[in-house]
Amino acid sequence: MASLHALANPARFRRFSQKVLPILSGVTALALAVGLWLALVESPPDYQQGETVRIMFIHVPSAWLAMAGYALLAGLGASLLVWRHPLAALMARAAAPVGAVFAGVCLLTGSLWGRPMWGTYWVWDARLTSMLLLFFLYLGHIALSRAYDDAERGDRAAAILALVGAINLPVIKFSVDWWNTLHQPASVMKLGGPSIHPAILTPLMVMAAALLLLFVVLVMVRTETEIDRRRLDAAERML
Amino acid sequence: MTALEVAGLSCRRGGRPVFGDLSFSLAPGELLALTGRNGSGKTTLLRALALLVPADAGAIRWQGADVAADRETWRRRIAWLGHLDGLKSDLTVRENIATACHLREEGTERVDDALAAFDLGSLANRPVRTLSAGQRRRAALARVKAAGAPLWLLDEPLNALDAPSQAALRTVLGQHLAAGGLAIAATHAPLDGARVLDMGGASP
Amino acid sequence: MSGFAALLARDLRLVWRRPGDVMVVLAFFVVATVLFPLGIGPETNLLARIAAGILWCAALFAALLSLDRLFAADYEDGALDLLLLAPWPLELAALAKCLAHWIVTGLPLAVLAPFMGLLFGLSGEGLAALGLTLLVGTPALSLIGGLAAALTLGARRGGALLALLALPLCVPTLIFGAGAVEAVAMGEGFLTHLAILGALALLSLATLPWAIAAALRQAGE
Repeated sequence: MASLHALANPARFRRFSQKVLPILSGVTALALAVGLWLALVESPPDYQQGETVRIMFIHVPSAWLAMAGYALLAGLGASLLVWRHPLAALMARAAAPVGAVFAGVCLLTGSLWGRPMWGTYWVWDARLTSMLLLFFLYLGHIALSRAYDDAERGDRAAAILALVGAINLPVIKFSVDWWNTLHQPASVMKLGGPSIHPAILTPLMVMAAALLLLFVVLVMVRTETEIDRRRLDAAERML
Repeated sequence: MTALEVAGLSCRRGGRPVFGDLSFSLAPGELLALTGRNGSGKTTLLRALALLVPADAGAIRWQGADVAADRETWRRRIAWLGHLDGLKSDLTVRENIATACHLREEGTERVDDALAAFDLGSLANRPVRTLSAGQRRRAALARVKAAGAPLWLLDEPLNALDAPSQAALRTVLGQHLAAGGLAIAATHAPLDGARVLDMGGASP
Repeated sequence: MSGFAALLARDLRLVWRRPGDVMVVLAFFVVATVLFPLGIGPETNLLARIAAGILWCAALFAALLSLDRLFAADYEDGALDLLLLAPWPLELAALAKCLAHWIVTGLPLAVLAPFMGLLFGLSGEGLAALGLTLLVGTPALSLIGGLAAALTLGARRGGALLALLALPLCVPTLIFGAGAVEAVAMGEGFLTHLAILGALALLSLATLPWAIAAALRQAGE
C-alpha cells in the first residue's frame, strides 16, 4: 500500500512508467500475436455460426475491459476526492477514452457478429443496450472533465460523476435486463453462444490477457502525456 | 487575548501557489485590511478563512481551537461579503436580508437596525433588481450587519459606494469592532484604524 | 425557522414571482407530446401502444429543461456562497433545492400528463398509472438532474452537457415508469413497477444529496 501511495506522485510515476513501458509493450505485442493466432487459426469454427464466431474473441474481452475501465474510473475518482492524489486525476483523464474505445469496439463487434444471425446491424439485446448506456456514461465523463478552463475542476467533477455512475451501473443493468425480457421473450439469441467449449476457452483467455495488457499500456502512455500536458499548462501560467 | 490565529497558511489555485506560509493574529476589536494588487490572493485568503477553499498547509484557530474541526460552528461565527452581492434580484431588500437570517437559522430582530444603518428604509420593499449597484452593495452590507456574527469577512466592501455610504460603512464597522467584533477586509481604499497586511503584487 | 424550510420557501417564492418559467416547461411538455402523433401517424391503436413511452419521454425532457437554472442563478448572483456558508449541512440544502424543483416541475407534470394521456386513448387505469408513476418517479429525476446541474455549473456548453450526463442515469426510472403504463394496457397490474420506482427514489435520496453537495463545494472552490 505504501508503494501505491508513493506512485501517486506524478513525477515518480513517470519515471516508473518510462522504465516499465518498453518491456510491457513487448510482452503485449507478443501476447496479442499469440492470442490472435490462436483465435483466428487454431480454434475451430463454431458448428452453428461458422467463422464469424471468431469475432467473439475480441467482443467478449472488450466488454470485460469496458466494465473494468469504468470501475477504474470510479476507483480513481474516489482516490482523487478522498486523498487528492494528483496522479488519480491525470490517470482518469487518460483512461476514460481508452475505456470508451473498448466499449465502442464491443458494440461494433457485437453488431458485426450479430448481422449474419439477426439480419440487421442492431437488435435491442439487453447486454448490447447496457453496453450502449455504459458508452454514454463514458462520453459524459470525457466531456465533463474537459468542459472547464480550470482542468482540476473538470477532474473533480468527473470523479463525482464516475462514483455516481458506478453505483448506478448495476441499477441500469437490472432495469435494462428487465425491460428486455418483458419486450422480447425467449426469441433473442444469446451472443455468448450455447456454451463455452474448452477449445474456445484458451484463445479467449489469452486474448483477454493480451487486451488487458494493451489497456494497461495505452493508459500508461496516455497518463504520461497527461502529466506532460499538465506541466506545460502550469509552466505557461507562470510566464 | 487573540481570538483569531492564522499559522503558516498556504494556498494554491489552478496549480499555482497564491500565497505561502501566511501567519497573523487578530484580537476582538481589531480590523485587518488586506491590500495588494489584483491577483495577489486577497480573495483567496478570505475564501480560505471561510473554509470555502482548502488550504494546502497551515491552520486557522479560533480561541485556540482549529476551526476545521467543527465547520458548522465556524460558519456560524463568520459573516461573508463576496465580490458578488449574494442578493436574489426578484426579492425585496427586506426579504433578502430576512431570508439570509433564516438561512443562518437566526431570527430577524436585527433586520430593521441593519436597514436603518445603511439608510435603506425607503428602499426596503423594492425588489433588488430595481436598485443601482451602490444600493445593492449597501443591501449586502446590511445583510452582513444583520447576521450577528463576530468575524466579518469582506471582499472589497467599499466598491461602488458613494461617499455617504462609505461613511455609513465606517460607522457600522466601528460599532462592530467596539462591541468586540473582528473584521478582515480586502480593500483598495484605505480604512482608518486598520492593521494592514500587504499581500504583495502579483507577477506582472 | 429551520434553514431547510427557509431555503425551500425562498425558492418557491422566487418561482411564484416568475410563474412564466414553470408555464414554459409545461407548455413544452404539451407541444412535445403532440409532436409524436404528427410524426408517427394518427392510427389510434398504434398511439395507444406507444403512449406510455412517449408521455414518459416527453415528461423526462420537460423536467430536464428547467434544471440548468437550478443552481446557476445562485452561482451567478453569489447566493451559492451563502449556501456553502450556511451553518447546517449542505446536503440538506441540496435536497431543499431539488424538492423545490420537483414541486414546480415534477408535480405539475404528474397532474398534467393524464390529460395528455386522453389524447392517446389510454384507459382510466392507464391514466391513473401514468399519473402515479410520474408522481413517484419524478423526484428521482429532480435529484439526478440536480446532480447534473451541480456538476456542470460554470462549464462550457452546460445545457447540452447536463442532458448528456442526466439521461443515462434516468433510464431505470424511465423503464419502470413507462413499463407500468404498458403493463396496464396489457391487462396486468402496475404495483410492482410502482414499488420499484419507489425504491429508485429512495436510492436517489440516500446517495445523491451527498454527491450534489460535493459538486457544489467544487463549484465554490
